[in-house]
Amino acid sequence: MEWLESFWATYSTLVLSIGTNVLLALSIYLTLATGLLTVANAAFMAIGAYTAGVLTTQAGMPFFVALFFGALTPALVALLMGGPTLRLSGVYLAMATLAFGEVVRIIILNAEGLTGGALGLNGIPQLTHGFDVGLTVALTLYVLLRLARSRFGRAMTAICQDETATELMGLNVRGYKLFAFVLGGALAGLAGGLNAHFTFFISPNEYGFERAVEILAMGVLGGTGSPWGAVIGGVLITLLPELLRGLGHYRPLINGVILVVIILYSPKGMWDIVRRLRADLRLPVVN
Amino acid sequence: MLPQQIVNAVSLGAVYALFALGFTLIFGVLNVVSLAHGAVFTIGAYAALKAVIVLQLSLPMGAAVAMIVTAAAGWLLDKLIFAPLRARQAPHLAPMIATIGVAIVVTSLIEGYSGPENLRFPADILPANAVTVGAVRITGLELEIVFLAFALMAVLLWGLKKTRFGRALRAVAESPKAAALMGVDVEAFFRVTSMIAAVLGGAAGVLIALYTNAVFPHMGQPMLHKGIAVVILGGMGDIRGALIGGLFLGFAEVLSVAYIGSTMRDAIAFGLLFIVLLLRPQGLFGHAAHRRA
Repeated sequence: MEWLESFWATYSTLVLSIGTNVLLALSIYLTLATGLLTVANAAFMAIGAYTAGVLTTQAGMPFFVALFFGALTPALVALLMGGPTLRLSGVYLAMATLAFGEVVRIIILNAEGLTGGALGLNGIPQLTHGFDVGLTVALTLYVLLRLARSRFGRAMTAICQDETATELMGLNVRGYKLFAFVLGGALAGLAGGLNAHFTFFISPNEYGFERAVEILAMGVLGGTGSPWGAVIGGVLITLLPELLRGLGHYRPLINGVILVVIILYSPKGMWDIVRRLRADLRLPVVN
Repeated sequence: MLPQQIVNAVSLGAVYALFALGFTLIFGVLNVVSLAHGAVFTIGAYAALKAVIVLQLSLPMGAAVAMIVTAAAGWLLDKLIFAPLRARQAPHLAPMIATIGVAIVVTSLIEGYSGPENLRFPADILPANAVTVGAVRITGLELEIVFLAFALMAVLLWGLKKTRFGRALRAVAESPKAAALMGVDVEAFFRVTSMIAAVLGGAAGVLIALYTNAVFPHMGQPMLHKGIAVVILGGMGDIRGALIGGLFLGFAEVLSVAYIGSTMRDAIAFGLLFIVLLLRPQGLFGHAAHRRA
């Protein structure tokens, strides 16, 4: 088992990042699959990270409790915000959530007493281990896979395809949208809480527009056909920059290229490619 | 104190309006929210800066270079992104996501090519003279910015209202199908609109670069956010709204910095945007759209 230990010593941060990024990808999958383009996930992640971080460093709470509130707080914020904003359609919703993200960042920057302002929150105990992340991802994935095949998942797809028709079928469209939005907020917050407890340090600028775009890139790259798509997106977007370290300043380029290429050439994402390949090979389809 | 603030607000607001005008034009005609508009703005600023420093051109020539470069950028943007998505009749969120990608690509190309640092125009190239009226001091630069911004906007408004070209463009904005039936080359108008919008964005980039004397790879991003706030304020696709919204944001920012404090300056735009979206999503001057199935 020696190789495993040395592997873990070198790559533990990368593996943990993959885990939290998959959670983030799953969080945006929920809204994307419901036909909502929201880019507030980075802000929810920030709220979760700061809530959990402040609770462990300043209030001395146990890790588990901090994580719980790290997921609950953004979910409550999403619930409050979702009521009025989810009435907006398409591009307006995207822009409202974009603005919301910036407002959250500015508030964190200015609430120096609690968050450390621009200097960030330092000395967060390193409590996140591979086990926590692995378990959280596995549980979340299981729940979302079940959800996708339930009444909820079918409603999501229906809303994504034709909102008006879905409403005419008597489905509570706003309720389903709000549920997807709030659950996505909770997942992003959970990812933020986990992430904060292995990076040691968080600052408001980590959760700006670039992070929001990165999360969006994961969701779009993987595709919204299945939660597995989000997993593919999360893993690839985390690994690609590592493989392309030699690019230097050009590294963020990759996220941009992925967004453009996927939208232009394969708008249904990687999952659709995988599924088609599998259909061609006549392998049994799981989902 | 107040008259001085008004001068600052008008010069800043004029640039915001200029930027937002391009943004709203693309939405009005192409029905696309181009989140690459901030990147075009950055391209404009860098093109002018490089023309002035590397090619040793004068400032007006640098601005002209910036407009040519951004027009080319607008052409490319339509050719490579908008046109293929139009042809496929992609859902309206597709171009929005694709232009986010374009913005990242452009920004990191600029950062990789020119470095992340803040660049400046050489000091001797900026107009140094200033006009003093009572207690108000207006720099030559501010005068030029306001003049150029309003001149560009006036040309655009006149062109849209009075010329054959403008009538055709408005017809395309109203209904591409009907315009095509009337013999308008709709595709060409889409492409030209993308170019005009890019030139407006690039010009705004040059003006802001001169006004703040700072050129850096990510300068387009806060501007994009402000542009979004302005067009939401004025109503998406509403030319007059973009004008008034831009000036309004200029005033809101300058006055809040003067009387509340600078920390909340950036929150102003987003706070406004948020409130308008929640209370009057059609914009301050718009009419509510009827939803059709």
